[in-house]
Parts: sequence; structure tokens; C-alpha cells
Amino acid sequence: MDPNDQIRGVLAEHARLPVDASALADCADLYQAGMTSHASVNVMLALEDGFDIEFPDHMLKRSVFESIASIEAAIVELLAVEAA
Amino acid sequence: MAVAVDRDQAFLAGVRRIADEVCGPCADEVDRDARFPVEALAELREERALSAFVPVELGGGGVSFEALAEACLQLGRRCGASAMVFAMHQIQLVTIVRHLDRGSWFEDYLREVVTDQRLVASVTSEVGTGGDMGRSIAAVTPADRGAFMFEKAAPTVSYGAYADDLFTTARRAPEAEPGDQVVVLTCKEQTRLEQTGSWDPLGMRGTCSPGYVVRAEFPAEQVLGTPFAQVSAESLVPVSHILWSHLWLGIARDAFDRSRAFVREAAKRRPGEPSPGAQRLSHLMSELSLLRAEVGLGLREFVDASEEPGRPWLSTMTAALRFNNLKIAASEQAPRVCQGALGVCGIVGFKNDTPFSVGRHLRDTMSACLMVANDRIHQTNASLLLIAKEV
Repeated sequence: MDPNDQIRGVLAEHARLPVDASALADCADLYQAGMTSHASVNVMLALEDGFDIEFPDHMLKRSVFESIASIEAAIVELLAVEAA
Repeated sequence: MAVAVDRDQAFLAGVRRIADEVCGPCADEVDRDARFPVEALAELREERALSAFVPVELGGGGVSFEALAEACLQLGRRCGASAMVFAMHQIQLVTIVRHLDRGSWFEDYLREVVTDQRLVASVTSEVGTGGDMGRSIAAVTPADRGAFMFEKAAPTVSYGAYADDLFTTARRAPEAEPGDQVVVLTCKEQTRLEQTGSWDPLGMRGTCSPGYVVRAEFPAEQVLGTPFAQVSAESLVPVSHILWSHLWLGIARDAFDRSRAFVREAAKRRPGEPSPGAQRLSHLMSELSLLRAEVGLGLREFVDASEEPGRPWLSTMTAALRFNNLKIAASEQAPRVCQGALGVCGIVGFKNDTPFSVGRHLRDTMSACLMVANDRIHQTNASLLLIAKEV
């Protein structure tokens, strides 16, 4: 599955947004869209599980999880490190 | 560097003098009557301590954050309520200084804090949010003539009636989500306070912190540019937890000092005889050392992280866990030390009118676990622990 679609799937299931995750723009601010800090932890866990990765501590911050685009960039970076 | 050290030393000498000569002598009365420590605030203003952390280029004292923390400790040794008022004011100012946009309204505001020695209170808690500072119901709402307004029901506003200005969190706009918050700084003339409760608490009585409905009207420039979520993680939360824990340490240290004075007195009266309090005092010293170590380390980690360009660590979940844990640990340990001191002094510690009284110390530090309830912080930490890697 395309990472972008997979991220949207995780958001739909765990971010508890009042809006449809599949309709969000890539750069839309997820926190402004209503994702709480608590929900964001569940999103992180589901992403680690779904992509079989571990976010290192320096990536575990708001700015990395604030949009679909920023999440995708982080995941692509982690997958590239793993493949190398 | 030498100039900076001199500034810190001069500032701390002034604060110590105020603590000893003004805060200490008034502490029992402030506590008994639940009245604001007006004498201490007058002296702190005279000493220009309210603008101690404002940068020198804006006219302020330019002292280090470490000096500010030490000042909270020193005031805490003499009067918990005075120390808490000082600490809360500084938390607001440190936050503004750390997120200052050049040429903004806030720069002029800080200059006014220097010249007028203005006292800032905070309106961060809100009725209906379950104690979660990261959510607001009140919103910045368009008002007449391009101005904005908010109305916020706060369960407590410490020294609200005595503050010149208010530092308030609210949603960015009427349609914004609860977590999409900003900071608004409003002056007394722009604000109306309607008291909603009374103030007769167990401890920290001199902070005078009843509930209020706060209404304010203000121009857009008085909204801080940086979103509250970032302000909170990088400054407000760690700074609060560090300055609070320093003053709790100060209170605990004075309770320990009083119990030590009691044991010394007993030893002088009966030379050579073993005193049961002496053993207890030795145990108590270990408890105090634990508190001191945790508080000192928290300060060091924050200062080191703040020196990194962009201070990236402070916005991580690991840092949130760290400073949350500092608050929990210090707020539990400080009353433990005070209770231990009571155990050493016995009835003369229990009585409110002896040189060894520690009742006020115990009651004041019992407020620590409620200032942002530890249960709520544990709830947050439980969630962060699921995802953080090295803690």
C-alpha cells in the first residue's frame, strides 16, 4: 500500500478527528484538525506497528506528527535508513 | 561572563535580604489571615526583582535562569506564599522572553514591566476542561472596531486581585479545536474580573487564589505569535515545574533546618545523652538529599537543553516525561520531608507558635500535588511511556 494511504488509514482509525482523514490535505495541521496529544500517541503506536519501524526519541515530537506530509517524510527517512 | 555572574550575585543578595528581613517576619501572619504578602511584593519591586529575567537590552536585570530558580528557593525558605507569587510571575515572564518576536508588542510590554515593575498572573486553568491545560473552552473572538475579546471561567487565579496584567490561554478563534490555543497578555485596564469563589484553603494561603470569570478586550497584537502548544512544551511546563520544585525544596529545607535546630537544642540541654530526634534527623537528611538531587538535576537538564540552537530536545516526549516526573517527584517528596521534620520536633513542631513550628511548611507543600493534579500528569506520562524510547 502507498505510505500516504496507509497513514490516512491509521489516522482514520486512531486520530479521532471530527473530520474525514481521507479528505485531509497532506499539509493540513492534524492538531488544529482536532487530534489530541493522547490520540497522537495511539497514532504513533499504530504507525510503528503498521510500518514495522520505531520512531527514535528525537522524532517523537509534535512537529513530526502535525501533518500527513511530515509523518510521511519521517517514515520514508526511517525506511531508507533500514534499507541501507 | 564575569558581568553576568556579578548580576546574578547582586540579584540573589537582594532576594536573600528580602526573604530574611521581610518575608520571614510576615510569613505567619500572611498564612493565618490568608492575605497577600504586600510587604514582600513592595520590596521585590523596589529591588527591581520582578524584571530580573528581562534581557538587559530591554532594561531588565538580565539574570540567569539558575539565579531565578535559586531566588525561588531562598524565598521559599522564609514564606511559601511569597515564593509562589514570585515564581508564578517569573514563569509568565520567562515564557514571554523565550518566545519573543523582535519588534513585537511584547517587546514594548517587557520594557513596561521594567519601568513599572508590573506583576503578571496567569489564567491557564479553566472550569470544564478537567484540569487539562492543553485544552481551552474560551476563545479569542472578534469584537467591535477590529478588537478581540475572550471570556474565561477560571477555577483559580493566583493573586488575580493584585496583578497588573493577566497571561491567559484561549482557543485561537471561535471555530478552533480545544487544543488549538494561544496566549493572550492583557493589562488590568483591559480586563474585568468577577470573583466566583472564596479563598480559605489548607495551605499557600497568601497566594489569594479564588476563582474568577475573566473578561478582556484587546488588540490582536497582544496575542503571542508562537502557538501555545510549543510555548507550553519548550517553556511554560518545564519552567513551572522547575521553579515550583525549587520553592518546595526551599520550604522543605527550612522545615529540616528547624528540626535540626530542635535536635541541637535538645543535645545542648542534655549533653552526652542520646536524643531520639537525632537519629530521625539523620534519616530526614537522606530524604531532603533526594529532593535536592532531583530538583538540581532537572534545572541542569533544562538549562543545557535551552542552550542548544532551536532547543530541539525540549519539544520531545522524552523531555515532557522528564519534567512531568520532576513535578511529581518534588511535589511528593517536599511534604514527606516536612512531615519528617514534624516527627523530629514532636509537639513543639505541631504547635504554630514555636521556633520549631513546621505546620505551615507541611500545609504549604501539600498544595504541590494539586498544582496541575499529579493524577492528571500520571495519566499523561502513562501514555507517553508507551511510545518514548529512552527515559
